[in-house]
Amino acid sequence: MSKEKPCVVPPRRRFLQQSLALIPAVAAGGSLLSAAAGAQTSAPEGVSAHYVPTFFNNDEWRFVLAAVDRLIPQDELGPGAVSEGVPVFIDKQMELPYGYGHLWYMQGPFASAVPELGYQSNLAPRDTWRRGISATNAWCNDKHGKVFADLTHAQQEEILTQLEKGKLDFPQVSGALFFTQMLENTKEGYLADPLHGGNQTLASWKLIGFPGARADYPQVMDHPNQPYPLGPVSISGKRSV
Amino acid sequence: MSIKKDAVDIVIVGFGWTGSLMARELAETGLNIVALERGEARDTWPDFAYPRIADELTYGIRLKLFQNPSKETVTVRHTQSDTALPYRRFGSFLPGDGVGGAGVHWNGMLWRPLEADLKMRSTVIEKYGADFIPADMTVQDYPFTYEEMEPFFDKFEKICGAAGQAGNVQGQKLDGGNPFEAPRQNPYPTKPLKQQYAGMLFSKAAKELGYHPFPVPAANCSEPWTNPYGVQLGVCNYCGFCERFGCFNYSKGSPQSCVLPALRAYNNIELRTHAHVLRVNTDASGTRATGVTYIDHDGQEVEQPASLVVLSAFQLHNVRLLLLSKIGKPYNPATGEGVVGRNYAYQMNGGISLFFKDDKYFNPFAATGTTGMYLDEFNAENFDHSQLGFIGGATISATTTGGRPIQQMTLPASAPKWGTGWKKAIKNNYLHSMSIGSSGSVMPYKQCYLDLDPTYKDLHGQPLLRMTFDWQPNELKMTNFIGTKAEEIARLIGPDHYEMQFKGMDAHYDVRPYQSTHTTGGAVMGDNPATSVVNKYLQSWDVPNLFVLGACCFPQNLAYNPTGIVCATALFAAHAIRTQYLANPGPLVQA
Ligand SMILES: Cc1cc2nc3c(=O)[nH]c(=O)nc-3n(C[C@H](O)[C@H](O)[C@H](O)COP(=O)(O)OP(=O)(O)OC[C@H]3O[C@@H](n4cnc5c(N)ncnc54)[C@H](O)[C@@H]3O)c2cc1C
Ligand code: SF4
Repeated sequence: MSKEKPCVVPPRRRFLQQSLALIPAVAAGGSLLSAAAGAQTSAPEGVSAHYVPTFFNNDEWRFVLAAVDRLIPQDELGPGAVSEGVPVFIDKQMELPYGYGHLWYMQGPFASAVPELGYQSNLAPRDTWRRGISATNAWCNDKHGKVFADLTHAQQEEILTQLEKGKLDFPQVSGALFFTQMLENTKEGYLADPLHGGNQTLASWKLIGFPGARADYPQVMDHPNQPYPLGPVSISGKRSV
Repeated sequence: MSIKKDAVDIVIVGFGWTGSLMARELAETGLNIVALERGEARDTWPDFAYPRIADELTYGIRLKLFQNPSKETVTVRHTQSDTALPYRRFGSFLPGDGVGGAGVHWNGMLWRPLEADLKMRSTVIEKYGADFIPADMTVQDYPFTYEEMEPFFDKFEKICGAAGQAGNVQGQKLDGGNPFEAPRQNPYPTKPLKQQYAGMLFSKAAKELGYHPFPVPAANCSEPWTNPYGVQLGVCNYCGFCERFGCFNYSKGSPQSCVLPALRAYNNIELRTHAHVLRVNTDASGTRATGVTYIDHDGQEVEQPASLVVLSAFQLHNVRLLLLSKIGKPYNPATGEGVVGRNYAYQMNGGISLFFKDDKYFNPFAATGTTGMYLDEFNAENFDHSQLGFIGGATISATTTGGRPIQQMTLPASAPKWGTGWKKAIKNNYLHSMSIGSSGSVMPYKQCYLDLDPTYKDLHGQPLLRMTFDWQPNELKMTNFIGTKAEEIARLIGPDHYEMQFKGMDAHYDVRPYQSTHTTGGAVMGDNPATSVVNKYLQSWDVPNLFVLGACCFPQNLAYNPTGIVCATALFAAHAIRTQYLANPGPLVQA
């Protein structure tokens, strides 16, 4: 079940570079776009190197690609979040009612409370991402003279750890809230059905042994404690590469 | 300016489990019935059709089928001296919305109460003396007997094609069932669901300890079945998309799979969706309901006059509608007077996660909302409390309700939260862990109640319901005791590693993690109007042409999931309306 074939996954570096290269190309009128797109034809179906974000601007997109790549990296266990399309997933989510906070009660007055009373921020997911990126980038610039995406992996991981632990905080947004938002959306995109934009090769499901949308298991019940023989299938009928 | 509709005989508010059952039961009277549902129309096909329903993100995480908190939520505080804040982002409990209500996306665990559950107060006093009940605890008896309700428990199980193993049929104890079960007239309609490996390991260990594990009774049909309404159910295929999803297979008991097809034969019933009821209207005396006012699809205010009003809008919404309509005296925690909002309670859970090496496969994706094994040795009065210093108890179980990877991935606390370490952890644990759970009763207290929030409003500008609730020492003691019992079972199963998740004595109610949607009380049933809102037929003491259905009528919270009693009491109320009330409209019980 966990027979990984890492060779079919495009090298993460190349993917990152191409995605990043894309943005100025689009802005410049698309001449580089076709070249980049052409070079990408061997990539597995669905990996969205051609994607132009709708919500995130160019600087933000570079941040998202870099951060998400650290949260779920490509490694010996298979593809990571970036080549699986998780940044695409997150960008799409920001344009849905969820991103606008329309699935939460967002009427004031807002007040802080004991954590047990739950989410009390006035920020919708879009606001948390946008403010978090700009504050983190400003902090990185201040401290390292570079934005987050241009730092080394070790530096990026250190910054993410500080956000996670609440050691890096900003006036515009709580660092811990920003980290939670990033991690939550990254895991959602990595583990959700590919129809939402992430998990494009079903790599996460293959990794853990979840059969996806098969939804028919009387035989599994008849064979307790036995590995399930079939690989995952998505809602659209996609099977793992 | 509000539109006024022609008067009808009966108006039903909310079209979930209780509303749809009431509609079907009253349809045969030939009376004109209008049902008002605030949400959208939904049916098994095409709304829950495979494969689109197998989408964890849309349904399980973004909660597509549930109430949208941006329109309406509650506010929460732990004590009366705190300021309540909105439950902004749903976690702890998930009210339903739309046709079918929470009956669409529930699990289907289908219980009857124990006999002691129904007379909790008198049982405790009889066994341990009145002093055993803490001064602030307002535990009460139910106003009906188990025997009175038995035919209605039986009927609801048949409506669902329920799967299970009976433990006590007409007084005869049966192996493999729950030995503590109250006598049933009939076995379950369909055979028990298949068991998972987790349940098998749990059963083996539980039996070694001298307990009597049994499969959880399930409203998930396990064999071909045609219910008393003439509706055919499908056989469950353990799809793993049960709780939080609609069943595409017509096997999980829901208004869609069990009741709606039978309603199509009647043309005296009209269902209006996108009709959000604002209040019940009463005449000048305040003792007679004249109908309801709602906001329709176009945002217009509509008055619907009716001779009989049935509130079936779910526990929380029923209480709120009573308060907004100024029906019944609101509860005052300072004086202990008043009844609407009194005896609010919410179930208490605990659990243990068990992690194994990769030689054990639990295949959590193969599941129904109700696959698992339970034991009842430590529930209610099934054990002696005299040395324990608490009232109530809990079920202990090994249930797996699905293996959806975003929500249902359990990792050891030491596992990294991200990076390669996290990927290793999900690979090593997803197929190789199981859990033991406990679901505990919660008693009512003077300081735990519902009223209207002074600050926060819903989409229509009406005050939100305010919940003043926290865990009390009695329940925290109970769950700690249960934890020791569950841990013995876990040890015997022998995982590589296990982690306890029972609340400490200093725990506070937390709205973030999902616990259950088993909110109860606020409009309780009883035989005394000073301590209850409705009589045993769920008829309002103050407004006899108003019936209030749902778990708001529970005097206290049980260890079991509520819907068995909720639907049996709704069927009981419908029977009383048909056989007594219609011939002689007026109070069915003299106060
Ligand atoms: C995720 C989940 C799992 C559950 N699992 C179990 C289980 O395993 N076992 C069990 O026993 N119980 C379970 N329950 C609880 C069970 O779903 C409820 O007990 C049951 O559905 C209650 O029925 P009801 O008719 O009172 O309310 P509902 O079925 O919720 O119906 C109420 C309806 O009223 C409508 N409504 C509300 N306000 C208004 C208004 N102002 N105007 C018009 N319409 C309105 C709502 O939209 C809704 O459709 C679960 C619940 C959830 C959410
Ligand atoms: S597990 Fe069974 S009852 Fe539940 S949704 Fe799937 S088929 Fe329906």
